[in-house]
Amino acid sequence: MIPISSYLVLSAVLFVIGALGVLIRRNALIMLMSLELMLNAVNLSFVAYARLLNDVGGQVFVFFNITVAAAEAAVGLAILLTIYHRTKTTVNVDDLHLMQR
Amino acid sequence: MEVVLFWVFAILSVGGGVMVVLHRNPMNSAISLVVTMLCLAGLYVLLMGAFIAVIQVLVYAGAVMVLMLFVIMMLTLREDALQREGQPAVWVLAGIVGFLVVLRLARLFPSTPAALPATPDFGSIEAVGSQLFSHYLLPFELTSVLLLIAIVGAVILAKRTTP
Repeated sequence: MIPISSYLVLSAVLFVIGALGVLIRRNALIMLMSLELMLNAVNLSFVAYARLLNDVGGQVFVFFNITVAAAEAAVGLAILLTIYHRTKTTVNVDDLHLMQR
Repeated sequence: MEVVLFWVFAILSVGGGVMVVLHRNPMNSAISLVVTMLCLAGLYVLLMGAFIAVIQVLVYAGAVMVLMLFVIMMLTLREDALQREGQPAVWVLAGIVGFLVVLRLARLFPSTPAALPATPDFGSIEAVGSQLFSHYLLPFELTSVLLLIAIVGAVILAKRTTP
């Protein structure tokens, strides 16, 4: 039997990996994917606590969280496509200066 | 059996996560992310969230990742544009800091005993659905508004405007 805290530690590990990806990587696509990784880590801890407290409410929250993540991915990728079409070259966030014109 | 499955899924998901962050090519990162999400679905099954696991596979590993892959294909990034990012020293430092953060967080978690025995229908579609349509009805309806806004926003943003 696995204690619930190991699931929580795994969730923390995944969240930290995602946060480091957002902070260090400069490719906007990979930053978005790291964001998804962080959301997934949070979902894991929600499900773990739902199991610990025997409350299905945590799983309902994961349901909402997945919906929000899907909406975020759709809008984020649309923004990314627009940026790419405007600049024609890059999705590197260090090279973006459209707002400075 | 459960212990073995937990460790397999845990190691695979952490490995997938590390590959997402480290890979130079976004396509390889996306495939690693699919691996991570499938492993998380397996962990949800171990935590008796069968319905959430199915949703995870359908929505995340299916829909969201197909969307990502399509965008990666539309961007047609050239190989020379994908330079290596971040100096090795930065990565090592980040790894150390991340390890310390995880250690600190792990001390916060209660040394919980194994979970109580659950009711037989815990995490089933009936259990989640009845909560969703009774106690969480308003958030559920608001979700539809959120999705509508996201659809309209994505269509308007991605529509090619000729400046």
